[in-house]
Amino acid sequence: MRPKEIFGTTLFDGGQAQKGYPLNKMCFSFNALDNRQDFKSDEAKYMKRFELTAAQAQAVRSRNILALLEQGGNIYYLAKFAGILGLDVQDLGALQTGMTREAFCSKLLAAGKA
Amino acid sequence: MAQILGMVTSSHVPSIGNAIAKNIQQNEYWGPFFDGFKPIHLWLKEHKPDVAVVFYNDHGLNFFLDNIPTFALGADHQYLNEDEGWGIPTLPAFKGDANLSWSIIEGLVQRDFDVASCQKMKVDHAFTLPLKLLWPDEASCPVITIPICINTVQFPLPSASRCYQLGKAVGEIIQSIDSDLKFLILGTGGLSHQLDGQRAGFINRKFDQEFMQSMVTHPAWATQFTNHQLIEHVGTQGIELIMWLAARAALGGEVKCVSSTYHVPISNTAGGIMLLEHLN
Repeated sequence: MRPKEIFGTTLFDGGQAQKGYPLNKMCFSFNALDNRQDFKSDEAKYMKRFELTAAQAQAVRSRNILALLEQGGNIYYLAKFAGILGLDVQDLGALQTGMTREAFCSKLLAAGKA
Repeated sequence: MAQILGMVTSSHVPSIGNAIAKNIQQNEYWGPFFDGFKPIHLWLKEHKPDVAVVFYNDHGLNFFLDNIPTFALGADHQYLNEDEGWGIPTLPAFKGDANLSWSIIEGLVQRDFDVASCQKMKVDHAFTLPLKLLWPDEASCPVITIPICINTVQFPLPSASRCYQLGKAVGEIIQSIDSDLKFLILGTGGLSHQLDGQRAGFINRKFDQEFMQSMVTHPAWATQFTNHQLIEHVGTQGIELIMWLAARAALGGEVKCVSSTYHVPISNTAGGIMLLEHLN
């Protein structure tokens, strides 16, 4: 029996890992500064090199974090992509939850006092 | 015989590296977390470990999805830190001892833990930053290190119970090594946090504190949970607490808590730090 789903959570399992392989491979390449610069100078060409699917490329273009997860992106690799965009994990949290960055940060602070 | 002096567990987030690089460890945001290491610094000066065995998880510096080992040990004379994608300044190479690593690998495989051995292994913030936090004033880490990487990237992950058993085996092996080396065990990661999805920002103070207490009084407490249950309690990345379980099992026996800090948030994470030592 599969355990019940956890709200707002997609576990990165074998299915997601297969689906997201090209996307995550591209994000893994962003460990290197040269690659980050190559991506910035021509995103479309860079994505083509990693053979992203159309849906993955669209999610990258639209900077849609939830869509990137849906397309098999793994958060640890996506965090490297976010870095290129100048986003930290509070920005990512805000984008995924539909909150402002300020509201997301306040929520974290409140969690420390709860 | 080699001796285990104690165990330090600590959260790890890349922004700790940023705080160190910008020298803002004592500002209002970071001060409460960095201060948690002050009693540990005193303890380290007194006890002077020679070796640190570090249970941690790689976040896509060394391992990509083409090869994800469940348990992997480094077996090199040094481990390099590299850019993880954000250009945060890297830390100097960490000393290793390949023969010592192989002793542990052999012992683990003999005990039916079929670990991957890595003669080259890059180490990311989960390994480097807790060591830097222990020895902030040293130009490079002063002890020999042994990295033990546990997969938390790609499911299925090893169960809490399995990680506990792994740690227990590591502890037994260390104490059978014919040497006067003094070991420190590190477990890095956690506590509750979730970076991904609409549940991002999830923190569970109550569970974290119960877990930290269990480290002292009922070390196997969290092994009752499946990984799915743990994720419900502590978030998708909070599952990193399995590193704490492995470290605690390696320490073994009855312990006392030398210091304990819990501070929320550091980045999106509930920051936990503990130093435990044997009662006797």
